[in-house]
Amino acid sequence: MTGGPYYPAPPPPPGPGANEHLPEWLRGEGEAADVVLSSRVRLARNLAGVLFASKATPSDRQRSMELCRDQIASAGLAERLAWEPLAKAPPQNRALLVERHLISKQLSRGKSAAGGADDPRGVAFSIPDERLAIMVNEEDHLRIQTIRSGLALATAWADADAIDDKLEAGLEYAFSPRFGYLTACPTNVGTGLRMSAMLHLPALRLTGDIEKVKRAASDMNLAVRGFYGEGSEAVGDLYQLSNQTTFGKSEAEILSLLEAEILPRVIEYERIARRELLAKRRIPLEDHVWRARGILSNARLLTTEEAMQALSLVRLGVLTGVTPAPDPAAEVRLVHLLWLYVQPAHLQRAFGREMDQEQRRAARAALVRSRLGRA
Amino acid sequence: MKCDHCDNEATVHEVTVRNGKKVERHLCEVHAAEAGIAVQPAGQMGELIKQHMAALTQSAAAKVTACPTCRTTFAEFKQHGILGCADCYKAFARQLGPLIERAHEGGVKHRGKVCKVHGEGAADAAAAERRARAQRLSRLRAELDHAVRAEQYEQAAKLRDELRAMGERPPQDPA
Ligand SMILES: [Zn+2]
Ligand SMILES: [Zn+2]
Repeated sequence: MTGGPYYPAPPPPPGPGANEHLPEWLRGEGEAADVVLSSRVRLARNLAGVLFASKATPSDRQRSMELCRDQIASAGLAERLAWEPLAKAPPQNRALLVERHLISKQLSRGKSAAGGADDPRGVAFSIPDERLAIMVNEEDHLRIQTIRSGLALATAWADADAIDDKLEAGLEYAFSPRFGYLTACPTNVGTGLRMSAMLHLPALRLTGDIEKVKRAASDMNLAVRGFYGEGSEAVGDLYQLSNQTTFGKSEAEILSLLEAEILPRVIEYERIARRELLAKRRIPLEDHVWRARGILSNARLLTTEEAMQALSLVRLGVLTGVTPAPDPAAEVRLVHLLWLYVQPAHLQRAFGREMDQEQRRAARAALVRSRLGRA
Repeated sequence: MKCDHCDNEATVHEVTVRNGKKVERHLCEVHAAEAGIAVQPAGQMGELIKQHMAALTQSAAAKVTACPTCRTTFAEFKQHGILGCADCYKAFARQLGPLIERAHEGGVKHRGKVCKVHGEGAADAAAAERRARAQRLSRLRAELDHAVRAEQYEQAAKLRDELRAMGERPPQDPA
């Protein structure tokens, strides 16, 4: 395990064919990648005999962190693993990890009840692919996250299952035959498993049918969340669809509900909506897409949300063929890269300096213009 | 997006339904903390739990019980939706059972992956139990150390009793 800070390099100067490194969830490959950005599996686990976060003393927290960290380091989980201790880590570094979806906002903040920012906690993640991330001392002692590009929940689950086995080989988990894996919050108890897919649904948003999808999902006990997870809005037409029920169903059942039943339908629904827009509302669709491109190549000030939203329409334009692109895949990758870099911490990283909100808006517009503008 | 109350970036986004009306709040960390929503356990499911909790409060089952290991009371759990330790599941089994069932589409028993200590052919069971014991002991020793340094003698005595109950000789134990 590599110690010390590991941060992604800023994107290279604008130019064609720049081959930037993208984290797994933005790689844009795999099955149904036109709709499904990535598949994610999360397992919640706790150590037996160690109090959960809300009751743990600082020395408990130190102890659970060391036990987990040592096992993570010695279990041979990935070829290269980075360890980021988060206590005393500068806020901008923590924000960077949140934006890369390697840690939650909660882990970034630290548990206010047990010491806040200095709270012993950290994250291990595989580099450079970022397919695996293990949060230590979040709400649960361990949160194992595996990510795969495109629709690949079965693979992501196999990855997580194997990591879980390797960690368990050296740690004793809190488990009960009746309740399964014991978690700090009973909403995660049982399998401790949350499977989710990050979906790009611009056509369903434009046709208004997204509301039907949300209702259908909630009828099936699935949660639809925005880009930033719990309680957030769908910025950039990005939605996370995930299971709510973790108890009383096996992992295989949860997997099949999502990957075999629900997701194929949502994917098909979005594809139909894209085709219908093309066939019946081509001019309005073109208008949306070209206005978005106009904003991105001309604006002098951009908020994160505005940039992400316009980028969403650029992506839709490329995938529907509304905007001619010599290399559509490269264009989609560029959208993904910009989705990542218009976020505040990445933006500041790219420009190599801290900026206030107003400066960020200008820098964001400049970055996007340099990549999508004509001159 | 800006915070509802100031110019900072809103990092906490909350959507609640009150009296059938959707209420959205977008707050910066400071204002979210002020509003007491900074460490909200879970969205929809959290709500469900809270509602169910309110119903439970009336029932006799919710009477003063505290987890022997972490001293979390059921009232505390009702307030935050978070348990203090694995033993809470045993201490509150009666109250938690129906609640978990309700939150998980009627599930009554765990199905799925089984932790190796409890699984079939658990060759390592003894080793795993030793590790669990070691984890617990190390926590108790750390707590004792803390209590002694903080001059919390009553607490220290309790911890020494726990260590002794586990067949351990507590450090600084007179004779
Ligand atoms: Zn504010
Ligand atoms: Zn407890």
